[in-house]
Amino acid sequence: MKPPKFNEVNKSVLKIDALGLALGEAKFTDDFEKPGMIYAKLLRSPHAHARIKSINAVKAKSHPGVVAVLTHKDVPRIPITTAGQGYPEPSPYDEFILDNKVRYVGDKVALVAAETDEIAEEALQLIEVEYEVLPAVLDPRKAMRASAPIIHDEKDCYIPIPVPYEPEKNRVARIDASVGDIKKGVKNAAMAVTDEFENQTATHSALEPHCALGWVDENGRLIIISTTQVPFHARRILSRALQIPQRKIRIIKPRLGGGFGGKQEVILEQYVGLLALKLNRPVKMRLTRKEVFISARVRHNMITKVQVAAKKDGELTAIDLYALSNTGPYGTHGLTVASNVGTRTLPMFRCPNLRFSSDVVYTNLSVAGAYRGYGGTQGILATAIVMDDLAERLGIDPVDFYLKNVIVGGTEVPILKELGEGPVIGQPHISSCELTACIKAGAEAIDWKKKRGQPGGGRYSRGMGMAIMMQGSSIPYIDMASSTIKLNDDGSFNLLMGATDIGQGSDTVLAQIAAEVLTVSTDEIIVYSSDTDLTPFDVGAYASSTTYLSGMAVKDTAEKVKEQMIAVGARMLNTSPDKVKVAGGRVIGPKEKSVTFKEIGLRSLYEEDQFQISATASRISQESPPPFAAHYVEVEVDRATGKVRVVEYVQAVDCGTLINPTLARGQAIGALMNGLSYALTERYIYSSKGVMLNPNYGNYKLFYTKDIPRIRTIFVPSYEPTGPFGAKSVGEICISGPLPAISNAIYDAVDIRLHRTPFTPDKVLEALQARERG
Amino acid sequence: MEIVLTINGKERRVEVVGAETLLDLLRRLGYKSVKFGCGEGACGVCTVLMDGRPVNSCLILAVTAGGREIVTVDDLGTRDNPHLLQTAFVESGAVQCGFCTPGMILASKALLDRNASPTVDEIKQALDGNLCRCTGYVQIIEAVQLAARRIRAKKKTGTKRKKTAAKKPKTKKQKIT
Repeated sequence: MKPPKFNEVNKSVLKIDALGLALGEAKFTDDFEKPGMIYAKLLRSPHAHARIKSINAVKAKSHPGVVAVLTHKDVPRIPITTAGQGYPEPSPYDEFILDNKVRYVGDKVALVAAETDEIAEEALQLIEVEYEVLPAVLDPRKAMRASAPIIHDEKDCYIPIPVPYEPEKNRVARIDASVGDIKKGVKNAAMAVTDEFENQTATHSALEPHCALGWVDENGRLIIISTTQVPFHARRILSRALQIPQRKIRIIKPRLGGGFGGKQEVILEQYVGLLALKLNRPVKMRLTRKEVFISARVRHNMITKVQVAAKKDGELTAIDLYALSNTGPYGTHGLTVASNVGTRTLPMFRCPNLRFSSDVVYTNLSVAGAYRGYGGTQGILATAIVMDDLAERLGIDPVDFYLKNVIVGGTEVPILKELGEGPVIGQPHISSCELTACIKAGAEAIDWKKKRGQPGGGRYSRGMGMAIMMQGSSIPYIDMASSTIKLNDDGSFNLLMGATDIGQGSDTVLAQIAAEVLTVSTDEIIVYSSDTDLTPFDVGAYASSTTYLSGMAVKDTAEKVKEQMIAVGARMLNTSPDKVKVAGGRVIGPKEKSVTFKEIGLRSLYEEDQFQISATASRISQESPPPFAAHYVEVEVDRATGKVRVVEYVQAVDCGTLINPTLARGQAIGALMNGLSYALTERYIYSSKGVMLNPNYGNYKLFYTKDIPRIRTIFVPSYEPTGPFGAKSVGEICISGPLPAISNAIYDAVDIRLHRTPFTPDKVLEALQARERG
Repeated sequence: MEIVLTINGKERRVEVVGAETLLDLLRRLGYKSVKFGCGEGACGVCTVLMDGRPVNSCLILAVTAGGREIVTVDDLGTRDNPHLLQTAFVESGAVQCGFCTPGMILASKALLDRNASPTVDEIKQALDGNLCRCTGYVQIIEAVQLAARRIRAKKKTGTKRKKTAAKKPKTKKQKIT
């Protein structure tokens, strides 16, 4: 479809909160204070798996400045999930505010409130805990063995949706979905390649640590300002955890310092809320960086196995993908991240025989959760490396291999029905798909044909690698977004929405969408978002849903408001609504007679038949249109040290219409950089007892400015018919390319295939030496 | 103990509590633009200028800041008259969540104060103590280059600071970026 001409969208309108942020004026959660505020801290477990035999808090309670010390005996025992997902959550209710058992190093043991942060910290040292240390599961491969200790042996954990949940086997979920017949596909193939991969645990590392401030207002309601991606889910989960009516809770999200999935979790609100209600004082809790590393959420470590089969000419005949997912001691996002390993991988291929299966297991390692890429990262890692391998064995360039096998727009995708999260109505369908264009554009930009297979001799070898990927845009039939718009008497509009700006710029993008419909400049839209009292419902910032789904809700809302303005404007012009049009902030009637929005606002509020011109609209999505991308990388491998340096990276992206090109580019480059850092340097190092040994930036290496390579981002022209003005998502997709693209490039350079991430010098060197030994 | 220091051009006499860091002191005094990110001097969101040099305020004991001149991002510009670095960051898409932005801008200012025409490598070197997890750094480097160009041009013409604030959004042609 040819994109129409736009006024306010497809334009790099300046991010509406950017100047306030650059001036240092914008406020984040930790910048709010209340008179009489006290500070909360959690005592955390030194053991990976233990039962709490006793807790003696007498000394801590009598420490000057300590206001309260709470243990599992002082709090309601209600199983919850911390996963900020739709209701009922597809995650087990297997966590408690405080429990008589700890399940990882860093698990919560007791809660302290004190006059200062320092006193709270001191009090933690004074709490005496007697543990019965239990054997722990520190390897996901061993989690389901009969001899493995059971991590959730309590009787009250359960999953609120009808799916298999077997805590007695340490299994949170299992998936087996297929179309066609894998065996037949392999039989019909000329070649099949099977391989196994493992990706590492990683921290989101949003620079703003998790923080919450709660107090009870003059009407007895609990107000919480929080670093949350999901204010409405947080309100619902909190109501359950604290057993207080939801109407008594208000959650507000101010500016948020990055999320990436790490703040799609309710991990502080229950403690702050509990103490505020109990003590009737404002309570603040902010995690230290170490606590973020060890006790916030991480990317799921997975062991993925894949078999890919193709005919001699490269035509795919079977893909059989399996993931053993390590969800840590709590099953938050366990099922859904695993299912997305399949959903974000298999639909890209025109292949009749597809299967995805998975076991999601509990371990006593870090708690995994949502992380940008959400399973897609793990699925692409495995399939893109094996496809590179298979193409090579068949003597086909991987670019040609992909061009032969990828889907085009307007395709039905039956495997999505099998893998679907929630109800899938009708045959899942992909409307827009410019994957072929992405593959071609990227190959040309990096000069793929010429540069590939030219490693050069000597110490430094160069190599080229590529991968293709997809994501989704919201969860179909589950995710819901809504917004309210009202007209003011100066012709400006208030846009109120639950959608959650976590730094990605959704306040701006959604205001642009409203402005486009209302034919005004984005400056005329006053945005207020993410406040459970004042804004209508939105599931929040996750599943790449905001631009697409919240965007459609805003578009519908603006259309409704426009209709009301047309009705008033037509009356003012003494004509009928069908004889007027709206343009340039005016309702224009016959003979170019017109009234401004300001005049309409004044009339409707003060002059005649007064009413508030306003509307609310909500949307669910019927599909989850995937953005697509092709990534290309050139690396240099130092044979002496094993160091891999990225020389150049090219990403070609199909995300539909760019509502705001600068912000879309920011998402694409930002996700890519996160992926590069993950592929090359980030890793959790655990002791043999499950202690994370490097919970600080000194020993957990992230990419800084000096690490960045030359990057080029190409947006291929694309238009998604179901999206707002043709848009699809762009927030997550580009994080998934670096792992397989770099692994394939290392192979092109020095002939080794790396199966375990990250690709650090020690692994490269070890593989090089193993190869030399033969 | 009591110390006297200059914060954003104003002399302040303040009581320092125990082993308080400069970061905690500044935040306690209301300078909330100075952020806490890691507490180990590795992320740069607590960057302030101390006697013109960028430092991680989380690593500095407040008592040692006596007699020093501290500058936070609040001192650089206002909404009506923002610093050229601030407008360049806004226009270049260098501000996403904005949590690293005050520190990034201060580290950039320290660079431009001593080197009006930094190369990309010099910019990378100067910002290498400041983490950003949103942008991928590319836009931040572009912003510093843009600001440097504008500051040089302004010095050349000797004109007053132009108001380049968030008024007119410019439409960029879609291209390989």
